[in-house]
Amino acid sequence: MASSAQTMQQAAVVPALPGWSSRTPQPSWLVALFDWKPFLVFVCLLPAVGLLLAFLAYPLGLGIWLAFTDTTVGRDGQWVGLENFEYLFGDKLFWQAVFYSVFYTGTATVGKFGLGLWLALLLNHHLPLKSILRAVILLPWIVPTVLSAIAFWWIYDPQFSIISYVFVDVLGWRTTYFDFLGSAWPARWSLIAANIWRGIPFVAISLLAGLQTISASLYEAALIDGATGWQRFRYITFPLLLPILAIVMTFSIIFTFTDFQLVYAITRGGPVNSTHLLATLAFQRGIPGGMLGEGAAIAISMVPFLVFATLFSYFALARRKWQQGESND
Amino acid sequence: MTSILTRRETLRLAAAGLAASALPASSSAQVPRAEVAPPKLPVENGASLRILRPARFVEPDEVIFRANTAKFQQATGVETRVDFVGWEDIRQQTAVASNTGTGPDIVIGWADDPHVYVDKIVELSDIAEYLGKRYGGWSFLGEKYGKRDKSNNWIGIPVGGTTGPIVYRKSAVKEAGFDKIPNDHAEFLKLCQGLKKLNKPAGFALGNAVGDGNAFAQWLVWSHGGYLLDEAGKVAINSKETIAALTYLKDLYPTFVSGTLSWGDPSNNRAYAAGECWLTANGVSLYFALKNDPAQRAIAEDTDHQALPFGLVGKAPQTATMLNAMLFKHSKFPNAAKDYIQFMMESEQYDPWLTGCLGYWSHTLRAYGKSAVWDSDPKLEVYRNGTDHQFWSGYKGPITQASQTVAAEYVLVQMCASVASGEATPQEAAREAERRSRRYFRA
Repeated sequence: MASSAQTMQQAAVVPALPGWSSRTPQPSWLVALFDWKPFLVFVCLLPAVGLLLAFLAYPLGLGIWLAFTDTTVGRDGQWVGLENFEYLFGDKLFWQAVFYSVFYTGTATVGKFGLGLWLALLLNHHLPLKSILRAVILLPWIVPTVLSAIAFWWIYDPQFSIISYVFVDVLGWRTTYFDFLGSAWPARWSLIAANIWRGIPFVAISLLAGLQTISASLYEAALIDGATGWQRFRYITFPLLLPILAIVMTFSIIFTFTDFQLVYAITRGGPVNSTHLLATLAFQRGIPGGMLGEGAAIAISMVPFLVFATLFSYFALARRKWQQGESND
Repeated sequence: MTSILTRRETLRLAAAGLAASALPASSSAQVPRAEVAPPKLPVENGASLRILRPARFVEPDEVIFRANTAKFQQATGVETRVDFVGWEDIRQQTAVASNTGTGPDIVIGWADDPHVYVDKIVELSDIAEYLGKRYGGWSFLGEKYGKRDKSNNWIGIPVGGTTGPIVYRKSAVKEAGFDKIPNDHAEFLKLCQGLKKLNKPAGFALGNAVGDGNAFAQWLVWSHGGYLLDEAGKVAINSKETIAALTYLKDLYPTFVSGTLSWGDPSNNRAYAAGECWLTANGVSLYFALKNDPAQRAIAEDTDHQALPFGLVGKAPQTATMLNAMLFKHSKFPNAAKDYIQFMMESEQYDPWLTGCLGYWSHTLRAYGKSAVWDSDPKLEVYRNGTDHQFWSGYKGPITQASQTVAAEYVLVQMCASVASGEATPQEAAREAERRSRRYFRA
């Protein structure tokens, strides 16, 4: 643009004027600055970088800083070094929360993927009312977590549980109500069941999308070769599904490990702290308990677990070269 | 009341709907008050105020509070705005206001808040002493939470409190062979065992219930002579009294309706209303919910209240959740703010509010014991002196933020729950509670 403008200008002044000089007029410094590519790149990135710094980096940095202070709600803290972590290291409740977070994530992930994959395989067949069925399957995932948590809270209520009602008052198979949330292990399993129920649709729909990308000709070829149903699943469906499985599993593990709403709405970490996840324990200590520093330390201690889970999913499940179109070594 | 109001104010109140119509016309006439000269507080020119308080209990709590505020604005010309925020959010908002030095002039927060922000708030001794003289003195908890520890300096104006005595079904207690709730531990246990045998069990929250769970755990410890802190503020929970209390709980817990280990704050209300639980501890809300529901009328008739069993201490081992007003130093109009608090506590405003709240809030100034609300239903009697209980959160120590943390972290509740569930022996549970409490009370 600039150069063509210059030629036009030169063309226009062909009849030489007195005092004409051959010097091309300098573009203003502002134009020059914006013509300079590194600067332009920097300026264009600025809004995005600003947003990231303000809403991601700053809170994260603040969280890390708080973890090394004794800040409470209402009082600025002082640097205490590793004191929070030292206390947590000797804190039975913290280790209980670590245990349950890992157990909850592991068990719920296995459940979600087992049932989700099964559901995806079923939905991949030609069923009547397929579209409606798929929409219905998504419902648990669409309902806001807090609402489904409250529904489960009623289902697990010691006095008003629908399950207890059916077993005791309708069928008469039991004489006492179930005490779902009254002791540690039943409460833990109850929460895992609620989490699986909520997580299945995400897994099922994502895997269904993966299934539909698998070319039907592969199955036809396998049929001609006389492969059984299991062999078709084992040697065609499963390997071709692995890349998407890895991604979905990474997401699912992160969502489950950082789950908060289900546990907080149903048990608040009870009975006697047996169902605290790291996220609920961090909130409990930090906000209602007012110990912001300690809460931040608990939250920060989740990071290594998440990094490990992410790396595991990526390297264990997704490193095969055929994802880039090459064959396996 | 109407005789004191101007015509316009009456109209305003009427416009406020429920407020005016729900009130007995003569309520404040009964509240005796002395003629005392109010402190001189010339309201600053062009003053405006912002007030923050917790969300309402019942509708009149908000409606009348707003109407009273409008009256203040009318009388003084000070533009006044009240914001109602959720119970769980107000503490955080107070912290932000305090740290940033901006925001509301007055926060009507929870009991210990003024003690946490003592450096950032204005001393209120002038209006507190005036109000005390005028209205027959402050109740025990009013004074406890109003004054700075070990001093006569008022840092907060306690506006009201809510307390949770025993709520029970008269018929069931009678059937178990008792006329009223016995004060003796052994007798109380016998009552609960009797109720269990009748399949009309008692139930107290042992789950993570901030209000009900802490109230029960505190009752258990206090009624056995135990306490969280000694007078100097040192953690003293791991005592033989606490262990005796927890040992007693091992006998008491099996008499409860099943599931109390997972009970939250609303659970006992629901179980009681459904006829699953026949004796519990709660604020007056439970009774009113039953009374106002035609289908539950019979349960309401059969319900009565009584203070928590005294146990070994000779007085009801319970406390109250207090509303405590404080004025921040960052307020540009401290005189107007003081004037506002004082105005709201005067009987022309306070008594209609107290009456409209139906006993949900108990007063802190003794003269309001004569308020008509307390005679409106004989079953409210036990709430009349709701803020005169001699126990407080963090008893016997000074009031600090840490005692609030111990409550919010359910330290005592979980101590009890771990014994009730058989996870820990009384000795282990008391030791664990001591370990956790020490963390919050470290210097």
